[in-house]
Amino acid sequence: MTSESSVSIRNVSKSFGRKAILKNIDLEIQKGEIFGLLGPSGAGKTTLVRELAGLDSPTEGENYVFGEKMPSLKLMKRIGYMAQADALYEDLSAEENLKFFSSLYGMKGKHQNERINELMELMGLSDHLSERVGHFSGGMKRRLSLVISLLHEPEMLILDEPTVGIDPILRKSIWNFFYDLNKKGTTIIITTHVMDEAAKCSRLALMQRGIIVASGTPESLKKETDTETLEQAFLVYGGD
Amino acid sequence: MKVFALSKRILQQLIRDKRTLALLIFAPILVLTMLYLVFDGEEYVPEIGLVNIPEPVTEKMEMSDAGVTEYQNEVEAYHGVASGRLDGYIKIEGGEPLVFLEGSDPGVNSEVIKWVQSALAGLEENGKVADLELDYLYGSEDIGTFDYYGPVLLGFFIFFFVFLTAGVSFIRERTTGTLERLLSTPIRKWEIVMGYLIGFALFTVLQSAIIAWYAIYILDMLMVGVFIDVLWIILALALTALTLGILVSSFANNEFQMIQFIPIVVVPQIFFSGLFNLDTISDLLSWIGPLTPLYYAAESLRDVMIRGYGWSDIYMNLLILLLFSLIFIVLNILVLRKYRKI
Repeated sequence: MTSESSVSIRNVSKSFGRKAILKNIDLEIQKGEIFGLLGPSGAGKTTLVRELAGLDSPTEGENYVFGEKMPSLKLMKRIGYMAQADALYEDLSAEENLKFFSSLYGMKGKHQNERINELMELMGLSDHLSERVGHFSGGMKRRLSLVISLLHEPEMLILDEPTVGIDPILRKSIWNFFYDLNKKGTTIIITTHVMDEAAKCSRLALMQRGIIVASGTPESLKKETDTETLEQAFLVYGGD
Repeated sequence: MKVFALSKRILQQLIRDKRTLALLIFAPILVLTMLYLVFDGEEYVPEIGLVNIPEPVTEKMEMSDAGVTEYQNEVEAYHGVASGRLDGYIKIEGGEPLVFLEGSDPGVNSEVIKWVQSALAGLEENGKVADLELDYLYGSEDIGTFDYYGPVLLGFFIFFFVFLTAGVSFIRERTTGTLERLLSTPIRKWEIVMGYLIGFALFTVLQSAIIAWYAIYILDMLMVGVFIDVLWIILALALTALTLGILVSSFANNEFQMIQFIPIVVVPQIFFSGLFNLDTISDLLSWIGPLTPLYYAAESLRDVMIRGYGWSDIYMNLLILLLFSLIFIVLNILVLRKYRKI
Protein backbone atom coordinates (compact mmCIF):
# COMPACT_ATOMS: atom_id res chain seq x y z
CA MET A 1 0.00 0.00 0.00
CA THR A 2 1.48 3.35 -1.00
CA SER A 3 1.09 6.43 1.12
CA GLU A 4 -1.13 7.90 -1.56
CA SER A 5 -3.65 5.09 -1.32
CA SER A 6 -7.14 6.12 -0.24
CA VAL A 7 -8.61 2.65 -0.28
CA SER A 8 -6.95 -0.70 0.04
CA ILE A 9 -9.15 -3.76 -0.29
CA ARG A 10 -7.27 -6.87 0.78
CA ASN A 11 -8.53 -10.31 -0.09
CA VAL A 12 -12.11 -9.41 0.77
CA SER A 13 -14.88 -11.99 0.53
CA LYS A 14 -18.47 -11.57 1.56
CA SER A 15 -21.23 -14.09 1.75
CA PHE A 16 -24.82 -13.94 2.93
CA GLY A 17 -25.56 -17.39 4.18
CA ARG A 18 -24.28 -19.76 1.54
CA LYS A 19 -24.43 -17.18 -1.20
CA ALA A 20 -21.03 -15.67 -2.00
CA ILE A 21 -21.36 -12.05 -3.11
CA LEU A 22 -17.70 -11.03 -3.14
CA LYS A 23 -14.85 -13.41 -3.81
CA ASN A 24 -11.25 -12.57 -2.88
CA ILE A 25 -11.28 -8.96 -3.97
CA ASP A 26 -7.95 -7.12 -4.01
CA LEU A 27 -8.00 -3.49 -5.05
CA GLU A 28 -6.11 -0.26 -4.46
CA ILE A 29 -7.70 3.11 -5.10
CA GLN A 30 -5.32 6.07 -5.15
CA LYS A 31 -5.94 9.45 -3.65
CA GLY A 32 -7.46 11.90 -6.13
CA GLU A 33 -8.82 9.29 -8.50
CA ILE A 34 -12.26 9.02 -10.00
CA PHE A 35 -12.54 5.29 -9.70
CA GLY A 36 -15.33 3.39 -11.42
CA LEU A 37 -16.71 -0.01 -10.48
CA LEU A 38 -18.32 -1.29 -13.64
CA GLY A 39 -20.47 -4.37 -13.82
CA PRO A 40 -23.94 -5.76 -14.32
CA SER A 41 -26.49 -5.68 -11.49
CA GLY A 42 -25.82 -8.41 -9.00
CA ALA A 43 -22.07 -8.26 -9.57
CA GLY A 44 -21.47 -7.17 -5.97
CA LYS A 45 -20.71 -3.48 -6.60
CA THR A 46 -23.11 -2.18 -3.97
CA THR A 47 -21.94 -4.70 -1.37
CA LEU A 48 -18.34 -3.61 -1.94
CA VAL A 49 -19.00 0.13 -1.68
CA ARG A 50 -21.21 -0.36 1.38
CA GLU A 51 -18.23 -1.98 3.06
CA LEU A 52 -16.06 0.98 2.09
CA ALA A 53 -18.68 3.33 3.54
CA GLY A 54 -18.60 1.41 6.82
CA LEU A 55 -22.13 0.03 6.53
CA ASP A 56 -21.07 -3.56 6.19
CA SER A 57 -18.02 -5.64 6.97
CA PRO A 58 -16.40 -8.42 4.99
CA THR A 59 -16.78 -12.07 5.92
CA GLU A 60 -13.08 -12.49 5.18
CA GLY A 61 -10.27 -10.06 4.46
CA GLU A 62 -9.94 -6.39 5.35
CA ASN A 63 -10.76 -2.99 3.96
CA TYR A 64 -8.46 -0.07 4.71
CA VAL A 65 -9.51 3.50 4.11
CA PHE A 66 -6.95 6.29 4.57
CA GLY A 67 -4.65 3.64 6.02
CA GLU A 68 -7.05 2.60 8.78
CA LYS A 69 -9.25 -0.42 9.02
CA MET A 70 -12.92 -0.09 8.17
CA PRO A 71 -15.51 0.04 9.64
CA SER A 72 -14.68 2.92 11.93
CA LEU A 73 -16.87 5.81 13.00
CA LYS A 74 -13.86 8.12 12.90
CA LEU A 75 -13.27 7.34 9.23
CA MET A 76 -16.94 7.69 8.36
CA LYS A 77 -16.68 11.39 9.15
CA ARG A 78 -14.26 11.73 6.25
CA ILE A 79 -16.42 9.83 3.76
CA GLY A 80 -19.55 10.91 1.93
CA TYR A 81 -21.88 8.15 0.82
CA MET A 82 -24.83 8.28 -1.53
CA ALA A 83 -26.87 5.12 -1.95
CA GLN A 84 -29.03 4.18 -4.91
CA ALA A 85 -32.18 5.17 -3.06
CA ASP A 86 -32.49 8.90 -2.52
CA ALA A 87 -33.08 8.34 1.19
CA LEU A 88 -34.75 11.65 1.98
CA TYR A 89 -37.47 12.52 4.46
CA GLU A 90 -40.20 13.38 2.00
CA ASP A 91 -42.45 15.02 4.55
CA LEU A 92 -39.73 17.51 5.47
CA SER A 93 -38.47 20.47 3.47
CA ALA A 94 -35.09 20.40 1.70
CA GLU A 95 -33.68 22.71 4.32
CA GLU A 96 -34.93 20.54 7.18
CA ASN A 97 -33.34 17.51 5.56
CA LEU A 98 -30.05 19.36 5.10
CA LYS A 99 -30.03 20.73 8.63
CA PHE A 100 -30.76 17.29 10.04
CA PHE A 101 -28.00 15.46 8.20
CA SER A 102 -25.42 18.22 8.62
CA SER A 103 -26.03 18.26 12.36
CA LEU A 104 -25.20 14.55 12.45
CA TYR A 105 -21.71 15.65 11.42
CA GLY A 106 -21.67 18.21 14.18
CA MET A 107 -22.22 21.20 11.88
CA LYS A 108 -24.14 24.15 13.22
CA GLY A 109 -24.76 27.88 13.06
CA LYS A 110 -23.25 30.10 10.39
CA HIS A 111 -20.91 27.46 8.96
CA GLN A 112 -23.86 25.09 8.50
CA ASN A 113 -26.00 27.69 6.72
CA GLU A 114 -23.16 28.81 4.49
CA ARG A 115 -22.32 25.28 3.46
CA ILE A 116 -25.98 24.47 2.73
CA ASN A 117 -26.46 27.62 0.65
CA GLU A 118 -23.21 27.12 -1.23
CA LEU A 119 -24.03 23.55 -2.27
CA MET A 120 -27.68 24.25 -3.07
CA GLU A 121 -26.54 27.14 -5.27
CA LEU A 122 -24.08 24.85 -7.07
CA MET A 123 -26.81 22.28 -7.69
CA GLY A 124 -29.28 24.92 -8.81
CA LEU A 125 -31.68 24.18 -5.97
CA SER A 126 -31.47 27.48 -4.09
CA ASP A 127 -35.06 28.39 -4.89
CA HIS A 128 -36.39 25.16 -3.45
CA LEU A 129 -34.82 25.27 -0.01
CA SER A 130 -38.10 25.58 1.88
CA GLU A 131 -40.06 23.28 -0.41
CA ARG A 132 -41.21 19.88 0.78
CA VAL A 133 -39.05 17.12 -0.68
CA GLY A 134 -42.16 15.10 -1.47
CA HIS A 135 -42.95 17.67 -4.15
CA PHE A 136 -39.51 17.41 -5.76
CA SER A 137 -38.93 15.82 -9.17
CA GLY A 138 -36.70 12.75 -9.44
CA GLY A 139 -33.76 14.83 -10.67
CA MET A 140 -34.14 17.35 -7.85
CA LYS A 141 -34.22 14.58 -5.28
CA ARG A 142 -31.05 13.07 -6.69
CA ARG A 143 -29.28 16.44 -6.58
CA LEU A 144 -30.47 17.06 -3.02
CA SER A 145 -29.26 13.60 -2.07
CA LEU A 146 -25.87 14.45 -3.54
CA VAL A 147 -25.78 17.73 -1.62
CA ILE A 148 -26.40 15.81 1.61
CA SER A 149 -23.47 13.48 1.00
CA LEU A 150 -21.20 16.52 0.43
CA LEU A 151 -22.26 18.65 3.41
CA HIS A 152 -19.36 17.69 5.65
CA GLU A 153 -16.73 18.23 2.93
CA PRO A 154 -15.68 14.59 2.73
CA GLU A 155 -12.22 13.64 1.44
CA MET A 156 -13.73 10.69 -0.33
CA LEU A 157 -17.10 10.42 -1.99
CA ILE A 158 -18.73 7.03 -2.58
CA LEU A 159 -21.60 7.09 -5.07
CA ASP A 160 -23.73 4.07 -5.83
CA GLU A 161 -25.21 4.49 -9.33
CA PRO A 162 -25.45 8.27 -8.97
CA THR A 163 -26.94 9.08 -12.37
CA VAL A 164 -29.48 6.30 -12.84
CA GLY A 165 -32.74 7.71 -14.13
CA ILE A 166 -31.28 11.15 -14.76
CA ASP A 167 -31.67 13.02 -18.04
CA PRO A 168 -28.53 13.58 -20.19
CA ILE A 169 -28.31 17.32 -19.52
CA LEU A 170 -28.42 16.91 -15.78
CA ARG A 171 -26.06 13.96 -16.00
CA LYS A 172 -23.53 16.12 -17.81
CA SER A 173 -23.74 18.89 -15.24
CA ILE A 174 -23.40 16.40 -12.38
CA TRP A 175 -20.29 14.95 -14.01
CA ASN A 176 -18.83 18.43 -14.41
CA PHE A 177 -19.46 18.87 -10.74
CA PHE A 178 -17.60 15.62 -10.01
CA TYR A 179 -14.62 16.82 -12.05
CA ASP A 180 -14.55 20.09 -10.10
CA LEU A 181 -14.64 18.25 -6.80
CA ASN A 182 -11.95 15.89 -8.01
CA LYS A 183 -9.73 18.81 -9.00
CA LYS A 184 -9.97 20.06 -5.45
CA GLY A 185 -8.60 16.72 -4.27
CA THR A 186 -11.70 14.66 -3.48
CA THR A 187 -11.35 10.97 -4.27
CA ILE A 188 -14.51 9.71 -5.96
CA ILE A 189 -15.66 6.10 -6.18
CA ILE A 190 -18.58 5.44 -8.49
CA THR A 191 -20.49 2.28 -9.29
CA THR A 192 -22.16 2.09 -12.66
CA HIS A 193 -23.42 -0.31 -15.25
CA VAL A 194 -23.39 2.31 -18.02
CA MET A 195 -20.39 2.13 -20.34
CA ASP A 196 -20.21 5.79 -21.38
CA GLU A 197 -20.20 6.76 -17.75
CA ALA A 198 -17.41 4.32 -16.98
CA ALA A 199 -15.39 5.93 -19.77
CA LYS A 200 -15.37 9.17 -17.77
CA CYS A 201 -13.52 7.59 -14.84
CA SER A 202 -9.77 7.86 -14.48
CA ARG A 203 -9.52 4.20 -13.58
CA LEU A 204 -11.91 1.26 -13.67
CA ALA A 205 -12.47 -2.17 -12.22
CA LEU A 206 -14.70 -4.57 -14.09
CA MET A 207 -16.77 -6.69 -11.72
CA GLN A 208 -18.66 -9.82 -12.51
CA ARG A 209 -20.24 -12.30 -10.09
CA GLY A 210 -18.25 -11.01 -7.16
CA ILE A 211 -14.90 -11.09 -8.91
CA ILE A 212 -12.82 -8.26 -10.34
CA VAL A 213 -12.10 -9.52 -13.83
CA ALA A 214 -9.90 -6.62 -14.91
CA SER A 215 -8.79 -3.18 -13.84
CA GLY A 216 -6.96 -0.23 -15.35
CA THR A 217 -7.58 3.02 -17.18
CA PRO A 218 -10.32 2.94 -19.83
CA GLU A 219 -7.59 3.23 -22.50
CA SER A 220 -5.47 0.41 -21.16
CA LEU A 221 -8.51 -1.87 -20.91
CA LYS A 222 -9.36 -1.22 -24.55
CA LYS A 223 -5.75 -1.67 -25.56
CA GLU A 224 -5.29 -4.94 -23.69
CA THR A 225 -8.32 -6.47 -25.33
CA ASP A 226 -7.59 -4.86 -28.67
CA THR A 227 -11.08 -3.39 -28.86
CA GLU A 228 -12.52 -0.04 -29.88
CA THR A 229 -15.00 0.50 -27.06
CA LEU A 230 -15.26 -0.30 -23.36
CA GLU A 231 -18.36 -2.30 -24.09
CA GLN A 232 -16.42 -4.63 -26.37
CA ALA A 233 -13.61 -4.79 -23.82
CA PHE A 234 -16.08 -5.74 -21.14
CA LEU A 235 -17.49 -8.50 -23.33
CA VAL A 236 -14.00 -9.89 -23.89
CA TYR A 237 -13.35 -10.10 -20.14
CA GLY A 238 -16.80 -11.20 -19.22
CA GLY A 239 -17.43 -13.59 -22.09
CA ASP A 240 -17.34 -16.99 -20.54
CA MET B 1 -59.11 -12.32 -17.32
CA LYS B 2 -56.98 -9.61 -15.74
CA VAL B 3 -59.00 -10.07 -12.55
CA PHE B 4 -58.07 -13.71 -12.23
CA ALA B 5 -54.46 -12.99 -13.07
CA LEU B 6 -54.44 -10.48 -10.29
CA SER B 7 -56.16 -12.82 -7.82
CA LYS B 8 -53.67 -15.50 -8.72
CA ARG B 9 -50.76 -13.19 -8.15
CA ILE B 10 -52.13 -12.15 -4.76
CA LEU B 11 -52.55 -15.76 -3.71
CA GLN B 12 -49.03 -16.51 -4.86
CA GLN B 13 -47.66 -13.63 -2.82
CA LEU B 14 -49.61 -14.77 0.18
CA ILE B 15 -48.30 -18.28 -0.10
CA ARG B 16 -44.74 -16.95 -0.38
CA ASP B 17 -45.26 -14.85 2.75
CA LYS B 18 -45.39 -17.70 5.24
CA ARG B 19 -45.56 -15.35 8.15
CA THR B 20 -48.64 -13.52 7.02
CA LEU B 21 -50.22 -16.83 6.29
CA ALA B 22 -49.39 -18.16 9.73
CA LEU B 23 -50.67 -15.00 11.34
CA LEU B 24 -53.98 -15.12 9.53
CA ILE B 25 -54.56 -18.58 10.91
CA PHE B 26 -52.85 -18.69 14.29
CA ALA B 27 -53.55 -15.20 15.60
CA PRO B 28 -57.33 -15.73 15.73
CA ILE B 29 -56.78 -19.14 17.32
CA LEU B 30 -54.51 -17.61 19.92
CA VAL B 31 -56.86 -14.75 20.73
CA LEU B 32 -59.89 -17.01 20.90
CA THR B 33 -58.06 -19.39 23.20
CA MET B 34 -57.14 -16.57 25.49
CA LEU B 35 -60.67 -15.22 25.54
CA TYR B 36 -61.89 -18.68 26.42
CA LEU B 37 -59.42 -19.04 29.28
CA VAL B 38 -60.11 -15.56 30.54
CA PHE B 39 -63.89 -15.73 30.50
CA ASP B 40 -64.23 -19.36 31.42
CA GLY B 41 -62.23 -18.82 34.57
CA GLU B 42 -63.42 -19.72 38.04
CA GLU B 43 -66.23 -17.92 39.80
CA TYR B 44 -64.99 -15.05 41.87
CA VAL B 45 -64.83 -16.03 45.55
CA PRO B 46 -64.98 -12.97 47.77
CA GLU B 47 -62.78 -12.70 50.87
CA ILE B 48 -64.91 -11.47 53.74
CA GLY B 49 -64.19 -10.60 57.33
CA LEU B 50 -66.66 -11.08 60.15
CA VAL B 51 -66.24 -8.64 63.04
CA ASN B 52 -67.64 -9.70 66.38
CA ILE B 53 -70.49 -11.68 64.99
CA PRO B 54 -71.85 -13.83 67.82
CA GLU B 55 -71.20 -17.58 67.53
CA PRO B 56 -74.88 -18.59 67.25
CA VAL B 57 -75.34 -16.21 64.36
CA THR B 58 -72.29 -17.38 62.42
CA GLU B 59 -73.46 -20.93 62.84
CA LYS B 60 -76.70 -20.13 61.13
CA MET B 61 -75.05 -18.19 58.30
CA GLU B 62 -74.56 -19.82 54.93
CA MET B 63 -70.77 -19.82 54.73
CA SER B 64 -70.12 -21.41 51.37
CA ASP B 65 -68.72 -19.63 48.29
CA ALA B 66 -66.58 -17.19 50.23
CA GLY B 67 -63.36 -17.07 52.17
CA VAL B 68 -64.40 -16.06 55.67
CA THR B 69 -62.15 -14.81 58.44
CA GLU B 70 -63.35 -13.89 61.91
CA TYR B 71 -62.00 -10.82 63.65
CA GLN B 72 -62.26 -9.75 67.29
CA ASN B 73 -62.12 -6.06 66.49
CA GLU B 74 -62.89 -3.80 63.59
CA VAL B 75 -59.40 -2.27 63.28
CA GLU B 76 -57.86 -5.58 62.23
CA ALA B 77 -60.59 -6.16 59.69
CA TYR B 78 -60.12 -2.65 58.38
CA HIS B 79 -56.42 -3.32 57.82
CA GLY B 80 -57.37 -6.50 56.07
CA VAL B 81 -59.44 -4.50 53.62
CA ALA B 82 -56.87 -1.74 53.20
CA SER B 83 -54.09 -4.21 52.44
CA GLY B 84 -56.24 -5.95 49.86
CA ARG B 85 -56.56 -9.27 51.72
CA LEU B 86 -60.28 -8.77 52.22
CA ASP B 87 -62.88 -7.49 49.82
CA GLY B 88 -64.97 -6.29 52.75
CA TYR B 89 -66.22 -7.08 56.24
CA ILE B 90 -69.50 -7.27 58.10
CA LYS B 91 -70.27 -6.09 61.57
CA ILE B 92 -73.47 -5.88 63.52
CA GLU B 93 -74.23 -2.43 64.85
CA GLY B 94 -77.37 -1.88 66.90
CA GLY B 95 -78.79 -5.13 65.62
CA GLU B 96 -78.38 -3.98 62.00
CA PRO B 97 -75.70 -5.48 59.74
CA LEU B 98 -73.24 -3.03 58.25
CA VAL B 99 -71.06 -3.95 55.28
CA PHE B 100 -67.74 -2.22 54.71
CA LEU B 101 -66.39 -2.64 51.17
CA GLU B 102 -62.99 -2.15 49.57
CA GLY B 103 -64.99 -0.54 46.83
CA SER B 104 -62.71 0.01 43.85
CA ASP B 105 -64.03 -2.81 41.66
CA PRO B 106 -67.77 -2.59 41.07
CA GLY B 107 -67.82 -6.26 40.04
CA VAL B 108 -66.33 -7.37 43.34
CA ASN B 109 -68.61 -5.02 45.25
CA SER B 110 -71.69 -6.67 43.87
CA GLU B 111 -70.26 -10.15 44.50
CA VAL B 112 -69.74 -9.27 48.16
CA ILE B 113 -73.17 -7.72 48.53
CA LYS B 114 -74.77 -10.73 46.86
CA TRP B 115 -72.96 -13.08 49.22
CA VAL B 116 -73.84 -11.08 52.34
CA GLN B 117 -77.48 -11.00 51.34
CA SER B 118 -77.67 -14.74 50.82
CA ALA B 119 -75.68 -15.44 54.00
CA LEU B 120 -77.96 -13.27 56.08
CA ALA B 121 -81.06 -14.67 54.42
CA GLY B 122 -80.73 -17.77 56.60
CA LEU B 123 -81.12 -15.64 59.72
CA GLU B 124 -84.42 -14.05 58.90
CA GLU B 125 -87.65 -15.83 59.58
CA ASN B 126 -89.29 -14.81 56.35
CA GLY B 127 -86.11 -15.11 54.35
CA LYS B 128 -86.09 -11.41 53.53
CA VAL B 129 -83.20 -9.18 54.36
CA ALA B 130 -83.55 -5.57 55.31
CA ASP B 131 -81.60 -3.10 53.23
CA LEU B 132 -77.91 -3.40 53.95
CA GLU B 133 -76.03 -0.42 55.21
CA LEU B 134 -72.93 -0.03 53.02
CA ASP B 135 -69.70 1.79 53.65
CA TYR B 136 -66.70 2.06 51.33
CA LEU B 137 -62.95 2.32 51.75
CA TYR B 138 -62.48 3.69 48.21
CA GLY B 139 -65.02 5.12 45.90
CA SER B 140 -68.70 4.91 46.76
CA GLU B 141 -71.79 3.23 45.48
CA ASP B 142 -71.54 5.72 42.63
CA ILE B 143 -68.35 4.15 41.28
CA GLY B 144 -69.26 2.98 37.83
CA THR B 145 -67.81 0.53 35.41
CA PHE B 146 -66.23 3.35 33.45
CA ASP B 147 -64.45 4.64 36.54
CA TYR B 148 -63.05 1.21 37.18
CA TYR B 149 -62.05 0.31 33.64
CA GLY B 150 -61.18 3.86 32.60
CA PRO B 151 -57.65 4.00 34.01
CA VAL B 152 -56.77 0.70 32.33
CA LEU B 153 -58.18 1.74 28.98
CA LEU B 154 -56.41 5.06 29.24
CA GLY B 155 -53.12 3.25 29.66
CA PHE B 156 -53.94 0.73 26.98
CA PHE B 157 -54.77 3.22 24.24
CA ILE B 158 -51.65 5.23 24.84
CA PHE B 159 -49.60 2.05 24.79
CA PHE B 160 -51.26 0.86 21.61
CA PHE B 161 -50.83 4.02 19.59
CA VAL B 162 -47.32 4.80 20.69
CA PHE B 163 -46.32 1.22 19.95
CA LEU B 164 -47.77 1.37 16.47
CA THR B 165 -46.53 4.82 15.47
CA ALA B 166 -43.02 4.23 16.74
CA GLY B 167 -42.82 0.88 15.03
CA VAL B 168 -44.18 2.07 11.72
CA SER B 169 -42.00 5.16 11.62
CA PHE B 170 -38.93 3.05 12.25
CA ILE B 171 -39.96 0.74 9.44
CA ARG B 172 -40.35 3.71 7.14
CA GLU B 173 -36.90 4.81 8.15
CA ARG B 174 -35.63 1.47 6.98
CA THR B 175 -37.63 1.05 3.79
CA THR B 176 -36.94 4.57 2.46
CA GLY B 177 -33.20 4.07 2.96
CA THR B 178 -32.87 6.92 5.42
CA LEU B 179 -31.75 4.49 8.12
CA GLU B 180 -28.88 3.46 5.88
CA ARG B 181 -28.07 7.10 5.28
CA LEU B 182 -28.18 7.72 9.02
CA LEU B 183 -25.85 4.81 9.58
CA SER B 184 -23.41 6.08 6.95
CA THR B 185 -22.81 9.10 9.18
CA PRO B 186 -20.75 8.78 12.35
CA ILE B 187 -23.87 8.51 14.52
CA ARG B 188 -23.78 5.80 17.18
CA LYS B 189 -26.48 3.20 17.45
CA TRP B 190 -27.51 4.20 20.93
CA GLU B 191 -27.84 7.76 19.68
CA ILE B 192 -30.39 6.63 17.13
CA VAL B 193 -32.40 4.79 19.78
CA MET B 194 -32.21 7.68 22.20
CA GLY B 195 -33.10 10.16 19.49
CA TYR B 196 -36.25 8.24 18.78
CA LEU B 197 -36.95 7.88 22.47
CA ILE B 198 -36.68 11.55 23.29
CA GLY B 199 -38.57 12.71 20.23
CA PHE B 200 -41.44 10.41 20.94
CA ALA B 201 -41.34 11.04 24.67
CA LEU B 202 -41.84 14.74 24.09
CA PHE B 203 -44.76 14.04 21.85
CA THR B 204 -46.16 11.49 24.29
CA VAL B 205 -46.14 13.96 27.17
CA LEU B 206 -48.42 16.17 25.16
CA GLN B 207 -50.53 13.29 23.90
CA SER B 208 -51.04 11.70 27.32
CA ALA B 209 -51.72 15.03 28.99
CA ILE B 210 -54.47 15.77 26.51
CA ILE B 211 -56.03 12.31 26.69
CA ALA B 212 -55.84 12.09 30.48
CA TRP B 213 -57.21 15.60 30.85
CA TYR B 214 -60.07 14.77 28.53
CA ALA B 215 -60.90 11.53 30.33
CA ILE B 216 -60.81 13.07 33.76
CA TYR B 217 -62.26 16.51 33.24
CA ILE B 218 -64.53 16.03 30.25
CA LEU B 219 -65.64 12.42 30.64
CA ASP B 220 -65.60 12.83 34.41
CA MET B 221 -63.61 9.69 35.07
CA LEU B 222 -63.14 9.18 38.80
CA MET B 223 -59.93 10.91 39.86
CA VAL B 224 -58.97 10.94 43.52
CA GLY B 225 -55.19 11.25 43.23
CA VAL B 226 -52.85 13.82 41.73
CA PHE B 227 -52.98 14.53 38.00
CA ILE B 228 -49.20 14.77 37.56
CA ASP B 229 -48.80 11.26 39.00
CA VAL B 230 -51.09 9.97 36.26
CA LEU B 231 -48.85 11.64 33.69
CA TRP B 232 -45.73 10.05 35.18
CA ILE B 233 -47.26 6.59 34.90
CA ILE B 234 -48.44 7.15 31.34
CA LEU B 235 -45.08 8.52 30.29
CA ALA B 236 -43.27 5.51 31.76
CA LEU B 237 -45.72 3.22 29.98
CA ALA B 238 -45.32 5.10 26.71
CA LEU B 239 -41.55 4.64 26.89
CA THR B 240 -41.99 0.88 27.09
CA ALA B 241 -44.45 1.02 24.20
CA LEU B 242 -42.00 3.05 22.15
CA THR B 243 -38.95 0.91 22.80
CA LEU B 244 -40.94 -2.28 22.31
CA GLY B 245 -42.49 -0.90 19.12
CA ILE B 246 -39.10 -0.11 17.60
CA LEU B 247 -37.72 -3.46 18.70
CA VAL B 248 -40.60 -5.39 17.19
CA SER B 249 -40.45 -3.32 13.98
CA SER B 250 -36.97 -4.71 13.36
CA PHE B 251 -38.63 -8.05 12.77
CA ALA B 252 -41.15 -6.67 10.30
CA ASN B 253 -40.36 -5.97 6.66
CA ASN B 254 -43.17 -3.51 6.04
CA GLU B 255 -45.98 -1.66 7.73
CA PHE B 256 -48.41 -4.50 7.29
CA GLN B 257 -46.14 -6.92 9.10
CA MET B 258 -45.97 -4.39 11.92
CA ILE B 259 -49.75 -4.50 12.19
CA GLN B 260 -49.45 -8.26 12.52
CA PHE B 261 -47.72 -7.81 15.85
CA ILE B 262 -50.76 -6.14 17.39
CA PRO B 263 -52.70 -9.34 18.17
CA ILE B 264 -49.51 -10.95 19.42
CA VAL B 265 -47.92 -8.20 21.48
CA VAL B 266 -50.64 -5.68 22.27
CA VAL B 267 -54.01 -7.42 22.54
CA PRO B 268 -52.97 -10.09 25.06
CA GLN B 269 -51.85 -7.35 27.42
CA ILE B 270 -55.47 -6.22 27.77
CA PHE B 271 -56.37 -9.55 29.33
CA PHE B 272 -53.78 -9.24 32.05
CA SER B 273 -54.03 -5.54 32.73
CA GLY B 274 -56.94 -5.82 35.13
CA LEU B 275 -59.67 -5.16 32.61
CA PHE B 276 -60.79 -8.63 33.58
CA ASN B 277 -60.56 -9.69 37.19
CA LEU B 278 -57.06 -11.07 37.58
CA ASP B 279 -58.10 -13.43 40.41
CA THR B 280 -60.35 -15.42 38.13
CA ILE B 281 -57.90 -15.89 35.26
CA SER B 282 -57.00 -19.50 34.68
CA ASP B 283 -53.77 -20.55 36.38
CA LEU B 284 -52.58 -21.65 32.96
CA LEU B 285 -52.20 -18.02 31.99
CA SER B 286 -52.02 -15.98 35.18
CA TRP B 287 -48.20 -15.95 35.12
CA ILE B 288 -48.22 -13.82 31.95
CA GLY B 289 -49.57 -10.73 33.67
CA PRO B 290 -46.39 -9.74 35.53
CA LEU B 291 -44.47 -10.01 32.27
CA THR B 292 -46.49 -7.31 30.55
CA PRO B 293 -45.83 -3.59 31.01
CA LEU B 294 -49.52 -2.70 30.92
CA TYR B 295 -50.10 -4.79 34.05
CA TYR B 296 -47.98 -2.43 36.15
CA ALA B 297 -49.22 0.75 34.55
CA ALA B 298 -52.86 -0.24 34.93
CA GLU B 299 -52.39 -1.12 38.59
CA SER B 300 -50.72 2.20 39.33
CA LEU B 301 -53.25 4.18 37.34
CA ARG B 302 -56.05 2.60 39.37
CA ASP B 303 -54.19 3.20 42.60
CA VAL B 304 -53.88 6.88 41.82
CA MET B 305 -57.18 7.54 40.13
CA ILE B 306 -59.52 5.42 42.26
CA ARG B 307 -57.69 4.92 45.53
CA GLY B 308 -55.91 8.25 45.64
CA TYR B 309 -52.49 6.73 46.29
CA GLY B 310 -49.46 8.97 46.01
CA TRP B 311 -45.89 8.84 44.80
CA SER B 312 -44.66 6.48 47.52
CA ASP B 313 -47.13 3.81 46.43
CA ILE B 314 -46.50 3.96 42.71
CA TYR B 315 -42.74 4.51 42.37
CA MET B 316 -42.05 0.78 42.46
CA ASN B 317 -44.24 0.12 39.44
CA LEU B 318 -42.69 3.11 37.67
CA LEU B 319 -39.26 1.61 38.25
CA ILE B 320 -40.41 -1.69 36.81
CA LEU B 321 -41.73 0.11 33.71
CA LEU B 322 -38.42 1.92 33.32
CA LEU B 323 -36.62 -1.39 33.67
CA PHE B 324 -38.73 -2.77 30.82
CA SER B 325 -37.73 0.24 28.69
CA LEU B 326 -34.09 -0.21 29.58
CA ILE B 327 -34.15 -3.86 28.52
CA PHE B 328 -35.86 -2.96 25.25
CA ILE B 329 -33.35 -0.16 24.61
CA VAL B 330 -30.41 -2.52 25.04
CA LEU B 331 -32.06 -5.07 22.75
CA ASN B 332 -32.72 -2.33 20.19
CA ILE B 333 -29.07 -1.36 20.12
CA LEU B 334 -28.11 -5.01 19.71
CA VAL B 335 -30.63 -5.49 16.92
CA LEU B 336 -29.33 -2.41 15.07
CA ARG B 337 -26.12 -4.39 14.59
CA LYS B 338 -28.07 -6.09 11.83
CA TYR B 339 -27.73 -2.86 9.85
CA ARG B 340 -24.26 -1.78 10.88
CA LYS B 341 -21.70 -3.71 12.87
CA ILE B 342 -20.17 -0.76 14.68
